[in-house]
Amino acid sequence: MLHALSLGLVLYCLWLLLSGYFEVLLLSLGGLSVIAIVWIAHRMDVIDHEGHPIHLTARAFLYWPWLTAEIVKSNIDVAKVIIQRKMPISPSVIEVKATQGTELGQVIFANSITLTPGTVTIAIDRDIMVVHALTREAAEGLQTGVMDGRVTAMEAHKGPYARSRTGPEGGAG
Amino acid sequence: MMFSVAAIAVLVTMVLTIYRAIKGPTVYDRILAVNAFGTLTVVLIAVYGFLSGRPEFLDLALVYALINFIGTIAVSKYVEFSHMGRPSGGDELGDI
Amino acid sequence: MEMLLDAISWLLILVGSVFLVVGGIGVVRLPDMFARMHGAGIIDTLGAGAVLIGLIFQAGLNIVSVKLVLIVVFILFTSPTTTHALARAALNGGVRPRVEAPPEDAPTGGGGESSKT
Repeated sequence: MLHALSLGLVLYCLWLLLSGYFEVLLLSLGGLSVIAIVWIAHRMDVIDHEGHPIHLTARAFLYWPWLTAEIVKSNIDVAKVIIQRKMPISPSVIEVKATQGTELGQVIFANSITLTPGTVTIAIDRDIMVVHALTREAAEGLQTGVMDGRVTAMEAHKGPYARSRTGPEGGAG
Repeated sequence: MMFSVAAIAVLVTMVLTIYRAIKGPTVYDRILAVNAFGTLTVVLIAVYGFLSGRPEFLDLALVYALINFIGTIAVSKYVEFSHMGRPSGGDELGDI
Repeated sequence: MEMLLDAISWLLILVGSVFLVVGGIGVVRLPDMFARMHGAGIIDTLGAGAVLIGLIFQAGLNIVSVKLVLIVVFILFTSPTTTHALARAALNGGVRPRVEAPPEDAPTGGGGESSKT
């Protein structure tokens, strides 16, 4: 219920920002479409802590600036490698252990790995991520486990949504 | 002035990605190049909106970003399974 | 103050343009499909992101900048997802990443490029 209310609020703010009109007719039409969409999402059973993770909001705002800094740093590293005449790449496939407690945390970790150029998550098996790294430095930087620790600290794995996985499910995102 | 520089950079990068999309060699290279081309199109629409002083173009850029995402996912899935529904082989890789 | 904002936005647009071109060069130059994903990653994150954030500083605080923020957030959220889908499709389709020192349990066959065009 809380998730549905918050989803409706976010959708209505989006409607207001994108339309830019403040007349009674358009506001009520927007309200109607928001209700219809929340109902459809409820029928599709996607309104839960995974589809709309409001319990992460506060800590996510602490995580994103760090992630942005990481993205800029690794962008500069990869750009340096690309523009050199000899292109000193040493592609490798490494395995990284994900210590997150929930699937949502694993998705965030896999997406963070992919967002930083130089490392791309290409497969996931339970809690082992198969990562393609462009250079040796990128692979070593990932294997120190700093990003893994940050993501684990961000998602509250002692919180109300503990791990409840049943079978071998592949695919992150 | 700055907008023209950005627009030229985007156009140069578009030529590079189109080269990769034509050259291939695998179909996945082409999908990758077309996806990057779509992102560049979003940036080009936004920059052109500022260049011509009509920021309403941003709505188009937003919609194009949505279509680019869904299109790339759909094409990847189509190439992987040769159809858009459940896989026929009976393996577990149903959803991307 | 206005001068400062202008300078920041020009700097961001310039940096973003440079990274866009570098990412495009990477997409052309890098040797195999999984390596080219890193070049596309540069285009998607710092290239497009820096140009669009530079445009936000040009626009000031109004509905235009809100839409630009939405576009940036959307690109940053969807780009890894499409990359995962593509990597998965490529692995299923038989393309294997070309590596220097293969670990024992990661299969590396065929030299990277399959004949599926």
